[in-house]
Amino acid sequence: MSRQVLYGWGRTAPSAATVVEPQSAHDVTAHLHTSTAAIARGLGRSYGDAAQLAGGLVMVNRELGGISPVNPRGEVTVGAGVSIDELIRECLPQGWFVPVTPGTRQVTVGGAIAADVHGKNHHVDGSFGHHLISMELVTPTGTFTVSPTSRPELFWATVGGMGLTGVVVEATLRMLPVETDRVLVDTQRFKDLDSVMSEMLSGDHRYRYSVAWVDCMTRGASMGRAILTRGDHARRDQVEAPTLLPPRGSRITVPFDAPSGLLNPATIRLFNEAWYRAAPKSKVAQPQGIGSFFHPLDGVTAWNRLYGRRGFVQYQFAVPDSAGDAVRQSIETLSNSKVPSFLAVLKRFGEGTPGGLSFPMPGWTLALDLPVGPAALPQVLNDLDDIVLAAGGRVYLAKDSRLEAHKAHAMYPRLHEFATTCQEIDPQGILSSDLARRLQLIRK
Amino acid sequence: MENAFGQPHNVIVLGGSSDIATAIVRQLVAARTRTVVLAGRNQHLLDEAASSAAAHGATATATVIFDAKDPDNVAATIDACFAAVGEPIDLVIVAVGTLGDQDVDENNSASAAVTATVNYTWPVAALSELRGRLIAQGTGRILVISSVTAIRVSRRNYHYGAAKAGLDRYSEALAVSLEGTGVSVQILRPGFVHSKMTAGMKAVPFATTPDAVATVTVAGLASGERVIHAPRILKWVFLVLRHAPTAIWSKLGSR
Repeated sequence: MSRQVLYGWGRTAPSAATVVEPQSAHDVTAHLHTSTAAIARGLGRSYGDAAQLAGGLVMVNRELGGISPVNPRGEVTVGAGVSIDELIRECLPQGWFVPVTPGTRQVTVGGAIAADVHGKNHHVDGSFGHHLISMELVTPTGTFTVSPTSRPELFWATVGGMGLTGVVVEATLRMLPVETDRVLVDTQRFKDLDSVMSEMLSGDHRYRYSVAWVDCMTRGASMGRAILTRGDHARRDQVEAPTLLPPRGSRITVPFDAPSGLLNPATIRLFNEAWYRAAPKSKVAQPQGIGSFFHPLDGVTAWNRLYGRRGFVQYQFAVPDSAGDAVRQSIETLSNSKVPSFLAVLKRFGEGTPGGLSFPMPGWTLALDLPVGPAALPQVLNDLDDIVLAAGGRVYLAKDSRLEAHKAHAMYPRLHEFATTCQEIDPQGILSSDLARRLQLIRK
Repeated sequence: MENAFGQPHNVIVLGGSSDIATAIVRQLVAARTRTVVLAGRNQHLLDEAASSAAAHGATATATVIFDAKDPDNVAATIDACFAAVGEPIDLVIVAVGTLGDQDVDENNSASAAVTATVNYTWPVAALSELRGRLIAQGTGRILVISSVTAIRVSRRNYHYGAAKAGLDRYSEALAVSLEGTGVSVQILRPGFVHSKMTAGMKAVPFATTPDAVATVTVAGLASGERVIHAPRILKWVFLVLRHAPTAIWSKLGSR
């Protein structure tokens, strides 16, 4: 037990809490019974303040380990503290891949459930929660095995519930069978936003994985120029000398904080330009490793230090298809504001889950990385909130660190259902987080 | 809770009718702050400051009355302020202070004691009270309003200046003591500011206004710099002046 200052991956808004590492479901129960405020934490990859709790108890889940053998149907039971990286290392050699992976392998299964992470296959496969068979949830009022058929409201409130319904200690999920460790990737370069969006609308259904990197710093005719990469797992007969090897670990570490001004409009513009130029105009069926296709940033440990002492915010929103213009409006707002932003990630989304805090909706999602520092940034993001809200969209809570409470409530109209479930399972309001307090997600 | 940009949701101001603090609060509520608690001596002035905060965007305001001449009321005053917010406190602005009357203070020990108490003893007792409470909540910032005169005390108002110097040095060390607790302390050192406090006084070079000080302060809160000078150039001016030979300093100070 120790007092530690915690923050998210964006390294903003630190707060101090008592940190423990429970070894078992029993430990978690004991902690919940002796605390007035508590939350679970995994590997700290939420960008904002979701896995911290000022003055409270933070339960780091990494000791809740264990990976069962994968049964012939692809079902595996894992401890909530197991990372996606560990799961891939264990299962890929046996021909099983995780059904959904976010942009980093360094998240725990518990965190993946709490944030209901999505990957490049959301338009086809949905989010992490869609592949869960059941989970064991420790709450202040007891321990429950929940699934889509057993206590479904509690199950779906926990999926994407930001840890506010309890502590997941174990989960059973269905893995994806793969024949090789390669992905066959098609790459295309687009001169502007409209052309890449229309290609994604017409062609994404032909691929399991699809993602576009959009340059938000170009204006005028080339506004929103983009690189679209799409792919599928390679079959054995599609690659020479097929293997099933886990991805390599990171080879580079950022050893200390870069100066805060390192990522400024000029250097970011240069980076975006280089990224765009480096991509082929068009390339088909290029075999890529799992690491380089799914988790390019995992190659550099602690890359968040590149943003300097003041850190960065990530802004990700989803808007329905009917409001696709909101994507253009937001990129326009951003490029006109001259606030520096790295290549944005644009994806198609499918259906969300039945949970009250479910983020995805059929349509578009755009994620932006923005260094903290420019005086105009807070207001620019407030303006983006209004665009998203007017479009009937919402901001992703796992990445948020600055949304205002009343807007969060408007973006998640079923939040009251979620809050009611929380109140039933945790009548004293023990489960909380800095995020929950900031956005008033739960009723006290 | 504070957001990623260091913008507080709630603020307590000790010395709530201070012109500088009022200007800072106006800018904070225009951005994100919604709850404002103002503590001070004069209900009428506090009400005016509260109305101004509400007019600029605060949705909840409260006032607490205390007199900084009496350090015995520190705990009760801070209790009342925390209770009025009812959630973890994001920012406490310590704006308590009085210029006093140098001529009277020089010749009247009772008056000198009051100037020292209001500018040093009460604020230090308040900071001591805040320290434990903020450590327990694991988050929070304190902004101490000092003065550039704290860098080098001037003949013209040394009762005030020396007390501010004490408060400034105390706050610097307090900031160090709070590293690793999730709580931070920032010090604002304004130069000559046209305000109620300086009404009728002859302005000195680099004189500024409460609004200009507030703009620099809000930027400084966001960046997290430990000492904020307003206007910014005074950081460099006083870097030189603090080492100026006494003969020159006396001449400047007696103007």
